[in-house]
Amino acid sequence: MTTTPRWRALTHHNLFWPVVVLVVLLLVNVPFTPDFFSIRMTNGHLHGSLVSIVLFGSPLILVAVGMTLVIATGGIDLSVGAVVAITGALTCSYISDQSDQSALSGVFFAIGIGLLAAVVCGLWNGFLVARMGIQPIIATLIIMVAGRGVAQLVTDGQIITINSEPYKLIGGGYWLTLPFSIFVVAAVVAVTVVLTRKTALGLLVESVGGNAEASRLVGIRSRRIKIMVYVFCALCAGIAGLMISSNTSAADGNNAGLWIELDAILAVVIGGTSLLGGRFSIGGTVIGALVIQTLTTTIYTIGVPTQTNLVFKAAVVIVVCLLQSPKFRAKAFGGRFGNKPGAKGGTGQPAVAPAQTAKTTEAAPKMEVS
Amino acid sequence: MSTTTTTKRPPAPDSRTPSKAAQLLGDRRLPVLVTAGLFLAMYVAGLSRYQNYGFGEAQVFMNLFIDNGYLLVAAVGVTFVILSGGIDLSVGSVIGFTTMFTAWLVERQGLPILVVIPMALAVGAFGGFLMGYVIHNFEIQPFIVTLAGLFLFRGLCLVISKESISIGDSSVSSMAGAQVNLGAGFLSIGAIVALVVLAVAFYVLHYTRFGRRVYAVGGNEQSAMLMGLPQGGTKIAVYTISGFCSALAGLLFTLYIQSGDPLHATGMELDAIAAVVIGGTLLTGGSGYVIGTLFGVLVLGLIKSIIQFEGTLSSWWTKIATGVLLCAFILIQRAMTARKKT
Repeated sequence: MTTTPRWRALTHHNLFWPVVVLVVLLLVNVPFTPDFFSIRMTNGHLHGSLVSIVLFGSPLILVAVGMTLVIATGGIDLSVGAVVAITGALTCSYISDQSDQSALSGVFFAIGIGLLAAVVCGLWNGFLVARMGIQPIIATLIIMVAGRGVAQLVTDGQIITINSEPYKLIGGGYWLTLPFSIFVVAAVVAVTVVLTRKTALGLLVESVGGNAEASRLVGIRSRRIKIMVYVFCALCAGIAGLMISSNTSAADGNNAGLWIELDAILAVVIGGTSLLGGRFSIGGTVIGALVIQTLTTTIYTIGVPTQTNLVFKAAVVIVVCLLQSPKFRAKAFGGRFGNKPGAKGGTGQPAVAPAQTAKTTEAAPKMEVS
Repeated sequence: MSTTTTTKRPPAPDSRTPSKAAQLLGDRRLPVLVTAGLFLAMYVAGLSRYQNYGFGEAQVFMNLFIDNGYLLVAAVGVTFVILSGGIDLSVGSVIGFTTMFTAWLVERQGLPILVVIPMALAVGAFGGFLMGYVIHNFEIQPFIVTLAGLFLFRGLCLVISKESISIGDSSVSSMAGAQVNLGAGFLSIGAIVALVVLAVAFYVLHYTRFGRRVYAVGGNEQSAMLMGLPQGGTKIAVYTISGFCSALAGLLFTLYIQSGDPLHATGMELDAIAAVVIGGTLLTGGSGYVIGTLFGVLVLGLIKSIIQFEGTLSSWWTKIATGVLLCAFILIQRAMTARKKT
């Protein structure tokens, strides 16, 4: 194998490593379940491991997409799990009060109430972060702590179960042979990509994340952008909350969306979005969320005890973060790995998969932090 | 209360004479005083409302320490981390892991508790050290590294056993049941240990070089480095302390609840962080007192006992009240820092 420019361009594409991880994870399944990639048709519905990965991963994808924009502005939103719980609780408690739980108008109204609550949470977060200038971690911590209490207050500490066909569609139903939630996710992702990449909005978000003060001086209303991304993130979390509660036809104020904020942040990081803000990749986030879901599925299929799931997750976080850390790359790979393609250094040596071979600890020049 | 502020405030070289309100807001001790005042007010309110139900007994007050000793220890560890400008999300998991680890070694492996205690503390401290090492040497954000720690320790809990392990060992139960009489009431060993940890932390933070370094690194890492302070060592030490405190809190929790369960102390990192914030420590680092953390923990504990005394309120009101308090204190902090800048 020789180092062609095309290959280098490929390996240096920001989605390269996330996709490699995803593909490797998918391939790991094949020896254990030979028909892993097969998709069959039963009862007019498509079934298969790939479909279920997307289906079970869809709430996470939604939350992670919202989170990506928040992180791109240099913030973070810890409250999404609580927002998931609040939305599910409000919607389900409204539907359960209806005499006819399957009435379309009632279901739509309930969904409206749930999403409205999510938007209010987002506005509150945005207000605290943008207007009051509070650190995002802390500002969103308030709803993270109090929100679960509110959700339990709404459900009265019970798990509300409902029996509503139209509502069931969102998270558990099928449409055009595919799970309906896949369409919801696709729509949200498509709208987000169009809004951020076909309009200037994405650029504005990135500039606010790069330097909020400078972008304000340039004339960007950075506060408004910040409030907007928090509202968008909460809205995504709200839709995810609808999905989770509709999938189980129940609202559990305590456990719905538990730790989803951590998974979402993880998905964003795996997708290559820096936590420092300033740039983002929606595609990377979607792949990151799929990696997490595939990891969970893989752990089930290869027969590792499921309780080690979290240990694997921890290992993945550490590996991904270490690979993203410039300092680590400089230390472990002798500076070669971290080079930019334009640096025109070491073109003679094969750059293929240096990760395996480069155990060499040639005294890497210590980067001075200044 | 101490008079040793970490970095002396400049003697107000403002051209305008600062108004009294500005002076008050500029005082670093304000949040601690507010928390202490809040605690007193809540206690008095509780007294007047539940006097006939025995709220005024000294033992009710002692119980605050007995029931929240582990939280106090964990929060003290988190105070160190937050003062240095970092954050530690792994606290709850390390506590859960320690309960599991202790219960497993004592019950399944038959080791005496006195051997297990140093082992558990060492594991916790080593975990904290590793996190600090990664944070400092690879410049990854503390948030993400300790998040990995959260997953790792919770996962290790489940690897040890999915079921909860109850401890029937006689030496453990005698330790758990031991009471120290203080005349009006008694304290458990856990509460005593927690108070000792608090005293040690107070001494270390305010009267040693290391304590000053923690404040300096938290106040401005760049300046600390330019001053020649070993900021790397300080950071690693801070996370090691937090890991150690979490493990100790886990041991106290084991004594308190006498079992190990993989889901023990889920989300306790939030309680600990909330206690630290309510106690007036700035989350940006560099400002705060460990005494404030004590009051933060006491306020959280008092909310719980008031809800118990009320009887009709459900447990989730604890969360809502915590959130509201958190919000109020964050806004107070905000008002303070905004005042300082202008």
